[in-house]
Amino acid sequence: MSRRARLALFALGGPGFAVVLVIGLHGLPAFGDYHGIYGLLLDRIEPHLRHATDIVTALNFDIRAFDTLGEEFILFASVAGVAVLLRRLRAIDEHVDRSRSSQAHRFAQASSAVRMTSLWLIPLLVALGGYTVIHGALTPGGGFQGGVILAAGPLAVLIAGRYLILKRLAPEWMLEAAESAGAAAYTLIGLGGLIFGSIFFENFLPLGTPGQLLSAGMIPLNSVAVGLEVTGGFLLVWTEFLDQALIIGQAEPE
Amino acid sequence: MSPLQATALVVVVVAGTAVVLTPEALRQTMVLGIFGLALTILFFTFQAPDVALSEIVVSGVGMPVIILAALRKIRVQDREREQDREE
Amino acid sequence: MSFLPYAAAAWLFLIGLYGVVSSTNLVRTVLSLTIVQSSTYLVLLGIGYRAGAKAPIVADIPPGSRLVDPVVQVLVLTDVVIEATVTALLLALVVQAHKRFGSLDPAELRILRD
Repeated sequence: MSRRARLALFALGGPGFAVVLVIGLHGLPAFGDYHGIYGLLLDRIEPHLRHATDIVTALNFDIRAFDTLGEEFILFASVAGVAVLLRRLRAIDEHVDRSRSSQAHRFAQASSAVRMTSLWLIPLLVALGGYTVIHGALTPGGGFQGGVILAAGPLAVLIAGRYLILKRLAPEWMLEAAESAGAAAYTLIGLGGLIFGSIFFENFLPLGTPGQLLSAGMIPLNSVAVGLEVTGGFLLVWTEFLDQALIIGQAEPE
Repeated sequence: MSPLQATALVVVVVAGTAVVLTPEALRQTMVLGIFGLALTILFFTFQAPDVALSEIVVSGVGMPVIILAALRKIRVQDREREQDREE
Repeated sequence: MSFLPYAAAAWLFLIGLYGVVSSTNLVRTVLSLTIVQSSTYLVLLGIGYRAGAKAPIVADIPPGSRLVDPVVQVLVLTDVVIEATVTALLLALVVQAHKRFGSLDPAELRILRD
């Protein structure tokens, strides 16, 4: 369909849709006037129930852990889809010169300032990512946020050094293993709740005192599992895209 | 509705419109980073620090790397196609 | 004035939809889709907000104080990270389409006619 036809269709249906959308949004309660009972109840009782000071993470990994299982597998499926699409692309591409792709490849024209900065960013990112993942139950953080920060560590290796170092540091099988281990660990913790507590994803570990690192039962464990999976997933996606460009880009003169 | 929230909302709306109206894909990526930052500040004013952390991490690190790598790959494919045509 | 978050969300949805419809480059389509996704975050967080309430972190505030709704924050938090990988999947599809058809123009995808 040509662009003009699409725009004509949008001009036809768009205003009607906009009116219906605004009328529908007017049906919501006024901003700031929240009456939902579930949320208010959770705000009040959650610190007693689970000894976690971050209510959002406790919801994510314990009270609504089943929803997070679904979300996690969406992530897994998307990463698998990216890998399938781009590896098939690589397999049918016959221009790749395998002997030249094993040479070390410097990140294109990165200045020394960028590379030096990335060098000292590496331990900073890894430490911050690990901290965010483990302290999910206490402060804002958790597996999802910390996983992406952790994944930025090897990315800084890519910028600071050579691409081959990144592949040696995080070869594909290791990334796949990390991602699958994270997804499997999350499911196994849920099954542990089934075995030891008779409810899928019941919190069967001791709850401890709120505010300490080892508290809130299985929430830090779930956080670590999800962090592992998000790190592996993001690094796999990045490596799939960059691998393509960098290997084929060997043929061009530097 | 505090003035800080209203200002953050206006900045988000302007940045979102700018993302759609920017011509090239590469420039759009940069404006998308700014849009992510504006969204993060908005989430902060809505008393949602977890969500703000998640948004800044994804829109600062996750998304731009994916988009830039995809754009690079497309350009490499274009160059290959020209080389094929010349042969 | 209290309708402003929802009005902003509706505007973002419509402008993102316009970006999807009117783009001549598949990568721009995918990026405009990101704007549409952000409008849903605005609606969700706007629903859960309580006037004068604090963030749902109870580490250092007196028990029993007013807090915002945490359930919608859980939804938006996981959604933000997952949508990044879904966008990566869409971009992988765009790269495949570009390899197959040689152009990024959505008007030139002719798979149904071949």
